[in-house]
Amino acid sequence: MSTDVDIASFNVGDEIPPLSTPPISRLTLALYAGASGDHNPIHVDLDFARYHGMDDVFAHGMLASAYLGRMLTNWLPQDALISFSVRFVAIAQVHDELSCQGRITERFEAEGEQRARIELSVVNQHGEAKVVGDAVVRLGR
Amino acid sequence: MIDQTFIGFRLPLHTQVVEKGRLRFFARAIGETNPVYLHEDAAKAAGWGSLPVPPTFLFCLDMEQDNPYDCMDTLGIELGKVLHGEQHFSYYQVACAGDRLTFDSRITDIYQKKAGAMEFVVRDTAVFRETGEPTREKLADLRSIIIIRHR
Repeated sequence: MSTDVDIASFNVGDEIPPLSTPPISRLTLALYAGASGDHNPIHVDLDFARYHGMDDVFAHGMLASAYLGRMLTNWLPQDALISFSVRFVAIAQVHDELSCQGRITERFEAEGEQRARIELSVVNQHGEAKVVGDAVVRLGR
Repeated sequence: MIDQTFIGFRLPLHTQVVEKGRLRFFARAIGETNPVYLHEDAAKAAGWGSLPVPPTFLFCLDMEQDNPYDCMDTLGIELGKVLHGEQHFSYYQVACAGDRLTFDSRITDIYQKKAGAMEFVVRDTAVFRETGEPTREKLADLRSIIIIRHR
């Protein structure tokens, strides 16, 4: 795999191509539960969620993270990805429409490579942050 | 309260084979449209050996052991009280369908906030690719922080 990209085109402050996703439905959560192997009933079983004090089932944090992953790998081949970190700042609810954004916050050289740090966020249709994070990518050797 | 003596506890190793069908199911579940993750031909044309394991799926593969919540059961944590706080990945190589991956996890910290209303458990997992040789290739390091709500 070649991860060489046009380094000159990546500047601090630039946004990377964003990703929009359709509203989260209960089907989204059921499919994600099955496909991810995370069968925690809190995400798919309303009775269980209510028993544990939640008003409704809610999205897996790792679903929103997977959307961020899609945004990153749409932008660069996956072997450009050096690290990826997320913090779940609010619960993403059923019917939330999540969009992913990334912005280059730093350019630096490490281990003989040109690298960039990307600040990441996932927000819902009201602009409420659900996930924040960052990634480090290699832009070329 | 979670027993602090679990700090340093090593969870049982487990090895998983990355399955193509499962990767396609995951890709569909997350609305993936990039053909590299959906069609093996596209993956090979892009230079991969087979379908690549997308960035977050290593976390999922770590749940493929017989009891995906083994860690929580071991620590006596009730699943319904758990929230995911943070997740970190450091990548050294990309895994592909057909790879055999071994997961080696340790509990590395347990702490509380808000006078014990919330407890945090940090788990670090090293992921290796089995090569058939005595030495294994390290693929990634994962760190999960889970939050236990006591309200």
